[in-house]
Amino acid sequence: MIETAGLRKEFVVSAKVGKLRRERRVVAAVDGIDLRVERGETLGYLGPNGAGKSTTLKMLTGVLTPTAGRISVCGLTPVPQRTQLARRIGVVFGQRSQLWWDLPLRDSFDLLRHIYRVPAPEHAGRLAECVELLDLGPLLPVPVRQLSLGQRMRGELTAALLHRPEVLFLDEPTIGLDVVSKQAVREFLTQLGRRGDTTLILTTHDLADIERLCRRLVIVDHGRVVHDGTAEELHSRYGSRRRVVVDLDEPLAEPVTLPGVALESAEGLRLTYQLVDGTNAGALVARLAAAASLRDLAVVEPAIEDVIARLYARGATG
Amino acid sequence: MANHSAGAPVRYRTFIALVSAGFRRYSTYRQATLAGLFTNVLFGFMRTYVLLAVVGRQAAGYDARQIVTYVWVSQGLIATVGLWGELGLADRIRTGDVVADLLRPVPPVFAYLAADLGRAGFAALVRFVGPVLVGALAFDLRWPQRPATYPLFVVSAVLATVISFGCRYLTEAAAYWLLDARGPRIVWALCSNALTGLVFPLSFLPGRVAAVLWTATPFPWLLQAPADVVVERHSAGGALVLVAGQAGWAGLMLAVAGYAQRLGTRRLVVQGG
Ligand SMILES: Nc1ncnc2c1ncn2[C@@H]1O[C@H](COP(=O)(O)OP(=O)(O)OP(=O)(O)O)[C@@H](O)[C@H]1O
Ligand SMILES: [Mg+2]
Repeated sequence: MIETAGLRKEFVVSAKVGKLRRERRVVAAVDGIDLRVERGETLGYLGPNGAGKSTTLKMLTGVLTPTAGRISVCGLTPVPQRTQLARRIGVVFGQRSQLWWDLPLRDSFDLLRHIYRVPAPEHAGRLAECVELLDLGPLLPVPVRQLSLGQRMRGELTAALLHRPEVLFLDEPTIGLDVVSKQAVREFLTQLGRRGDTTLILTTHDLADIERLCRRLVIVDHGRVVHDGTAEELHSRYGSRRRVVVDLDEPLAEPVTLPGVALESAEGLRLTYQLVDGTNAGALVARLAAAASLRDLAVVEPAIEDVIARLYARGATG
Repeated sequence: MANHSAGAPVRYRTFIALVSAGFRRYSTYRQATLAGLFTNVLFGFMRTYVLLAVVGRQAAGYDARQIVTYVWVSQGLIATVGLWGELGLADRIRTGDVVADLLRPVPPVFAYLAADLGRAGFAALVRFVGPVLVGALAFDLRWPQRPATYPLFVVSAVLATVISFGCRYLTEAAAYWLLDARGPRIVWALCSNALTGLVFPLSFLPGRVAAVLWTATPFPWLLQAPADVVVERHSAGGALVLVAGQAGWAGLMLAVAGYAQRLGTRRLVVQGG
């Protein structure tokens, strides 16, 4: 569905040095990205601020000309075939609107039907579905400028989907939304992803979006791919481990040791163990229960935040 | 893709839908409409008195009734043709919101033209009819004597709007290169005032100067042409030639706007993350 090879985008930035002199510098915002996305995949495209995510999406959607490299989306070359491509993709840029500011939301949807030349019954069906799932009913007669951000985002999502795009690009679709709106959007995208006929490319800084939605993560930094795989692969590659945290009633008589288990910290009566790759918690818990009386016990999954923070930090120094 | 095969008639419906959206959008700006109407009427009176003092009974091919009609029709055309209206393109380029336009399967020039014609339609109802009505109540206007002048004037006004659209599109598309369109806008404001026949009919100028303006610039075709059509300054044949000339300019301006759009898109650096 999407294929890029050696995709690159350079920006010329000119900065003031001294009073009059301006210095022109070339910055590679995207620095050689090879990507292959199959139909129906849901891909989380992550990276720290300024990593080149939005720039990549702009090139994939045909609004920005790459400096070098090849792109194919839906079998088309985005920039030269932008208008054709526009019919087959949907795009939501979190901070921008594609709705008509002064007109009621319903008018925007109606206009999009004409612009994309979607047959009326098909359009009505899909709109009804989105209205239902995203709870848009009461918002339809409201002028877009009077919608709150979260309300508008639900409108934007609908607008991007009414022509049944094969690929949906979402650049920070949950930015600035409250917990409830975020959940609504996530739920909606999850259902869309599950159906399997729409390819989803999603950038976000909200890792909960990713955990809920994406099997595959592509992490970029400084315009390069630093990870491409599942979250589990990410964890094992960067050594994140599950932990067992126990609170004891009394100190252990002697330390509990097991293969694949390492004591990470002991603070008073609280012990934290790390489970090295693939070790189960069962044996450890049984040994602990036998050795002392337990007040409380928790198995903590590794947080994707931690791995990614480590990954970003490594990028910043490296 | 079943909806691909359907050709021109559907395009036409897209265009109409966009025109109608433009109309509705502008109909929501009530205050601006009223303020603009008031200004047009006020200046209508001032221009009438000034030009009547200059023309006397007859000058430069107009008699007094024609010149008064000329004034009120041109006051009505200012907003209809959209001499000073902004398309919003320059701002959208500057902020990067222009991506939303580029991500649609219709060429931006097509979509903006449709929206602008919708705007003009609304303006015609209020900003054209209003001043002409006031002019008719306050003065003795000269109504067309040839019935054919009425439809011809409508065509002429639509073409003038298209030419004006082309000029404004080019002005604003300059933002693709300059990041904003302030400079070109000033030039456009100057030309659209002085060279369109708004301040005074261009036949007041020396023949050579007027000839250069008519042949080498789009400006006289924006206001002077439709106003001359409606006051029947020329014979029926002459009026037809005038409208044909407008059609030529309209085609040319659209072509140039489309070309600029393509060039601009290629060098566009979408601003903002
Ligand atoms: N129009 C532009 N002109 C110059 N440099 C730009 C431009 N747009 C982006 N850049 C630079 O390109 C790099 C990548 O920007 P991009 O917007 O793709 O980042 P991002 O990954 O989307 O970041 P964020 O998470 O903050 O949205 C940044 O260093 C940015 O400064
Ligand atoms: Mg971004």
